[in-house]
Amino acid sequence: MALEIIDSCVNCSACEPLCPSKAIFAAKPHYLIDADKCNECAGEFDDPQCASICPVEGAILNSAGEEMNPPGSLTGIPPERWAAVQAEISAR
Amino acid sequence: MSLQTTEQTVSPAFAPAGGGCGAGSCGSTASQMNGLSDEVRAKVQDHPCYSEDAHHYFARMHAAVAPACNIQCNYCNRKYDCANESRPGVVSEVLTPEQAVKKTLAVAAHIPQMSVLGIAGPGDPLANPQRTFATFRQLAEKAPDIKLCVSTNGLALPECVDELARHNIEHVTITINCVDPDIGAKIYPWIFWKNQRVRGREAAAILIEQQQKGLEMLVARGILVKVNSVMIPGVNDEHLKEVSRIVKAKGAFLHNVMPLIAEPEHGTFFGLMGQRSPTADELKALQDACEGNMNMMRHCRQCRADAVGMLGEDRGAEFTMEKVEAMEIDHEAALARRQAFREKANAELEAKRARAHAPAPTTQVVTFHRPARKPQGRPVLMAVATKGSGVVNEHFGYAREFLVYEATEAGVKLIGHRKTDKYCGGSETCGDGESRIDRIIRALEGCEVVLCSRIGIEPWGALEAAGICPNVEHAMEPVEEAVMAVWRSLLEAGKLGGVGQGERRA
Repeated sequence: MALEIIDSCVNCSACEPLCPSKAIFAAKPHYLIDADKCNECAGEFDDPQCASICPVEGAILNSAGEEMNPPGSLTGIPPERWAAVQAEISAR
Repeated sequence: MSLQTTEQTVSPAFAPAGGGCGAGSCGSTASQMNGLSDEVRAKVQDHPCYSEDAHHYFARMHAAVAPACNIQCNYCNRKYDCANESRPGVVSEVLTPEQAVKKTLAVAAHIPQMSVLGIAGPGDPLANPQRTFATFRQLAEKAPDIKLCVSTNGLALPECVDELARHNIEHVTITINCVDPDIGAKIYPWIFWKNQRVRGREAAAILIEQQQKGLEMLVARGILVKVNSVMIPGVNDEHLKEVSRIVKAKGAFLHNVMPLIAEPEHGTFFGLMGQRSPTADELKALQDACEGNMNMMRHCRQCRADAVGMLGEDRGAEFTMEKVEAMEIDHEAALARRQAFREKANAELEAKRARAHAPAPTTQVVTFHRPARKPQGRPVLMAVATKGSGVVNEHFGYAREFLVYEATEAGVKLIGHRKTDKYCGGSETCGDGESRIDRIIRALEGCEVVLCSRIGIEPWGALEAAGICPNVEHAMEPVEEAVMAVWRSLLEAGKLGGVGQGERRA
């Protein structure tokens, strides 16, 4: 049982000091979670702390590999709107 | 900018009674400075972000040591990192406190105008208290002459006020976009509060409470507070008048209403959802409306969280960590250069103030006030190309921005600036292929005159064709004096209407 930080992490560092298990560490190219130390904040907090402050949708996965903060959940930007604008910009 | 250019700003004709900008328009007007204690004046006179006068002389830098944030704003995208963009929250490299101190010392050695180190992100400085305060502590030891400054969203402010005071921080900027949680819910999707992500109205209510509490605590400790507000049309534009009244009543020193920056390519909620930015006219109207209550800042450039140099320039590329590491610096000589520059600049500013406060002489080269006569002549907006020292000293073609002044019978007032490049300073033909001169003409909408030190024949013709009159007759003259002189010549030429004619400010 452990969370995982993936490559959409922007290295903002917000999660690192919050981790009660000191499982999060700075690494290249992005922060990582030591799976042996992470207990998903069980018994410490209602919500995993890293996933509660992370500003990037999709950057943290749960032990099932699912996004803790799925697209649209933090910014309110509907994923289809984001995709449409991306397509428009790359077509320029 | 050289010390020599600086000296030219002291001219006998400069700034008679009531000169400079209009009463209460900025952090440095004669009337405002009149009301300030010597202690407060000393705090702002060399801070470019707190004093309009100081911004013509002094430089600042932001150290990007604070990447973490504790809230999300709808005008911010935490994924951004682009060297060609200049706007808040954008940085090229995040620094450790040690690197930041090294960089600050390098900048202060190469730019004697450097007077302030600010920490403004790219996240929130007070959401990274260890990094922020470690930077302040180390810099205060090594360069005690550099003022320290911080810009925060306010959420963690109350718990940090004592530590800010301990570190001798004299200036704090709080971004306050609302005092109404229903409006806040449209600006902030979530905050991180007491170990939870809190959303919606509840989040906004907590943030607002913390901001107001922090403001009161800072004022109680004698720390100067500037309030930044982002003007978001249809969301908080009308509401910011109330914000202005409230923060003024609580003792904020200066209010800076900035236009929303929202392009789809920035990837922000507002940018992607089609929220528009205010026009220059709308921004000015709101700033004018707030001005009755509050000292308004008009010279903000909405700079990057790693900006370096005078407010209108960004010299960050000269001071990457790679370059800084390779520099050999004589810190004592650098300190002596800074002190020499400050003495000169402060003496000039003091002379300016003395003139502004002196009783109006009977004869005057330029007269700002003629109280015996009824006002005549309509207000005119003029754009000025300057690279510092408060004089008209920039070539039209080199200007990356123009300062916009409003001239009226009552005097000259800075009302803002217009960038000639897009926020992205990439290729010339980036985007729609609009030519540079077309872009400048569009940026100068509403301005009738452009003052610069020189200008080529081609742009001269293009400006004239667009109804904007280029003027190089006042090269190297103090800006306010030059603008007033042009306004008077327009008036005398009968181009501004007489009494009862033309537009009139309310």
